[in-house]
Amino acid sequence: MSLIGNDILAGKGDFYSRNFQPTPREDTLILNMGPQHPSTHGVLRVMLEIDGEYIIRAEPVIGYVHRMQEKMGERLDYNQYLPNMARVDYLHPLAWNWAFVGAAEKLMGMQVPERAEYIRIITCELNRISSHLLWWGTYLLDLGAFTPILYAFADREKLADILQRITGSRLTFSLYQIGGCKADMDDRFIRETKEFIEYMRSRFPMYKDLVTDNLILRKRVEGIGGITREECRKYGASGPVVRASGIDYDVRRAEPYSVYDRFEFDCPVYEDGDALARYLVRMQEMEQSLKIIEQALKQLPDGEIMAPKVPKKPKPPAGEVYHAVEGGRGKVGVCLISDGSPVPYRVKLRSPSYSNLSLFPSIAGGTLLADAISILGSLDLIVPEIDR
Amino acid sequence: MLLKVKKTLAGLWSLIVGLKITGHNFCSPQLTVHYPREEVTNLDGFNGHVELVPSPKDPMLPKCIACGACARNCPSQCISLDFEKIEPAAQEGEDSESGGKKKKSQKKVTRFTLNFNYCSLCGLCVRSCPVGSLRFSSDVYLAGFDPQEFRIDLLERMRGQIATQGEKD
Amino acid sequence: MSEITLNIIRIWAGLFIILSFVSVNAIVLVYLERKVAGHIQRRPGPFEVGPHGILQPFADAVKLLGKQLITPCYADAILYWAAPILSFAPVAVCFLPIPAGPDTRVMDINVGVILILAFSGLNVLALCLAGWGSQNKWSLLGAARNIAQSVGYEIPLLLSVMPILMLTGSLDLNTITQNQGVWPWEWYVFKQPLAFIIFFVCALAETNRAPFDLPEAESELTAGFHTEYSGMGFGLFFMSEYTYMIVVCSMTALLFLGGWQGPLAPGWWWFVPKVYGLLLIMMWIRWTFPRVRFDQLLNVSWKWLIPASLLNLLATALVISLCS
Repeated sequence: MSLIGNDILAGKGDFYSRNFQPTPREDTLILNMGPQHPSTHGVLRVMLEIDGEYIIRAEPVIGYVHRMQEKMGERLDYNQYLPNMARVDYLHPLAWNWAFVGAAEKLMGMQVPERAEYIRIITCELNRISSHLLWWGTYLLDLGAFTPILYAFADREKLADILQRITGSRLTFSLYQIGGCKADMDDRFIRETKEFIEYMRSRFPMYKDLVTDNLILRKRVEGIGGITREECRKYGASGPVVRASGIDYDVRRAEPYSVYDRFEFDCPVYEDGDALARYLVRMQEMEQSLKIIEQALKQLPDGEIMAPKVPKKPKPPAGEVYHAVEGGRGKVGVCLISDGSPVPYRVKLRSPSYSNLSLFPSIAGGTLLADAISILGSLDLIVPEIDR
Repeated sequence: MLLKVKKTLAGLWSLIVGLKITGHNFCSPQLTVHYPREEVTNLDGFNGHVELVPSPKDPMLPKCIACGACARNCPSQCISLDFEKIEPAAQEGEDSESGGKKKKSQKKVTRFTLNFNYCSLCGLCVRSCPVGSLRFSSDVYLAGFDPQEFRIDLLERMRGQIATQGEKD
Repeated sequence: MSEITLNIIRIWAGLFIILSFVSVNAIVLVYLERKVAGHIQRRPGPFEVGPHGILQPFADAVKLLGKQLITPCYADAILYWAAPILSFAPVAVCFLPIPAGPDTRVMDINVGVILILAFSGLNVLALCLAGWGSQNKWSLLGAARNIAQSVGYEIPLLLSVMPILMLTGSLDLNTITQNQGVWPWEWYVFKQPLAFIIFFVCALAETNRAPFDLPEAESELTAGFHTEYSGMGFGLFFMSEYTYMIVVCSMTALLFLGGWQGPLAPGWWWFVPKVYGLLLIMMWIRWTFPRVRFDQLLNVSWKWLIPASLLNLLATALVISLCS
């Protein structure tokens, strides 16, 4: 009784299985880490050629969650398109919000009032913490620890409560508008945020003891999936992935937008490039986000939250603009081409997970299957963002 | 060599520390809201689906003037409404002939349906209403068997709310 | 009635009691596992079915029994269905020599230790057949991992039982328990702490419990060797896993923790809490640690457990020969 799989691939299977050129070895298995898999975060399919436990070749197949976000941008006008931006990356929607709104404001030459800038920074950093917490929980779930995800979700619930009062939703936040923000922070929001900062700071030691210092986790994560600087540059990766490989690139520092230059915060950079470095970068980014929020709350000015005279149906003048922000996964960019009408001519979404995923085939060769899971988890991919 | 032994012992100790943390959590109170025995208490600010605001003059009618701005602005075309025109009472005096302002015919909304299956809770309808006739509700316990249950008749809902409020008072 | 007939009736009655005990235990353990998991994760666990979710395992059992038994299209039906049966059947034999109390034992056999260790090894074959017979590459990977894991951890398991046998001089579980005293400090766990730890770790690995649950790694291999099983096929694997847990915990209690011995009155009322205490510790460990990677798992066995158990054995032998 032979393994039917290989014979099936020879004749039938789908387009990708037929065109997957395996190496000319007789003793390898071709495996589909299929669209339905507990560890590919979302509907990602990775075609693997494995020899025992070692991966010889890996090839991701994307497109299972393609929702035509960019096409919808050509059909809806600027205000109607904002909820879409929240759904592209449902974990850090405020970054995508900001990218789009910032692009439109750049086109219209609009200056956003100071208070609105501070609200944007505070909420975006809170969202970043929430995104990293979920990443942490699901990464550990992939590695087999079933409890830290629930501890992370307990913290995320607090964040969801805080952001719910200002944005109205708990997951796909949509707070920014062209010209400012939709809603203002009240005293209760500020008080709850301050309490949350204290609470979160008291949780980090527990996470460190339970997980980061854990022997088994260290063995699963240390020295796995080393990415060199050249590979990062080759594939245009960004975010914690490159900061763990020694490249000090953070959009908040390299191309400062809004009022980030008024805050003192570190961008943690590690040289090792392995999964442990990516893990530590994200854990420290959470602490730095808390620092930013603290400083922003201290410096919070009074004033309006919307720029004066923002039309109800914005009609940016014809032109092309690109605006990038630092999302939880990397550089989130929106290229907006307008032709003067209320509906954009072209909305191009630059998602960081797409470039980060391109790193995977080059580093997956020669790793164990369990390590491939660990690497995929440490890259922090959101598949809907890859497929848009 | 000594360093290796120390590292191993530190590693094994970290396992015990991890067990202590989960053991401590085992004895701690639960953090979840035990629905349906308890209900969530922090719904303020939450955007449920939109609902009509009753008019102060006649609670059984909404403030809506049937302009259709909400239906036009909705990115998913969720709102549909029907209206009927109420002709104003016949003018008396010289207004009608001497070029004074003619009273506009009023519109009364007769059907206001929200297709919540496609709503993305963007709030454009709420913001574009010139009279403030729409607001977000706190209706979060939505579970149904049929997509038809989510084509909500907002007029009926508003009238139902007024009735229960009247009973409470 | 002749002696043989009486014995046969006794064994049949004993098997019946064992199977009912096993079923009850499986039900209790399923419920306990989910409740322990829930409370560690700060949530209630099963709550709706019956008061505090007590009837949840019955609901699970009814669900599993009621499902259609599907054989995958290209699977080898004989191997595919032999696997769950082979996984669950030897369990009954493993319970025969276990003394729950001083006179509560189904079969008076003087090689109890070997019987249990031999029959629990059949589980490896069952999982191997499951993985191969499923015609699923993921199942195959799970089965391959399981074989290497089980073979690798059998050796330290046996080597850590050896010092106990040397101390007692007998393979009979009742004798081993009787040789340990009534008070906790007389139990073998204080004379052989290293053997206890090694035995417990190997027990975790043999029963495929986290952190050694790679064969059924839920997040890597989408349920590993039992991917293709649904309904009672999966139910049998599930029950056999929990039952093997009880078997190894009973072994640990008998060999190291004094079995049915206890301060005031020895009996099964000491044995059962010890077994359940060890089971709770197994569950506690499962819900705390991530999974060990496969080659690290084998490394732990080859580089740490086998040398440690060998050294332990040599030390014990030295001490015994010096003392006598």
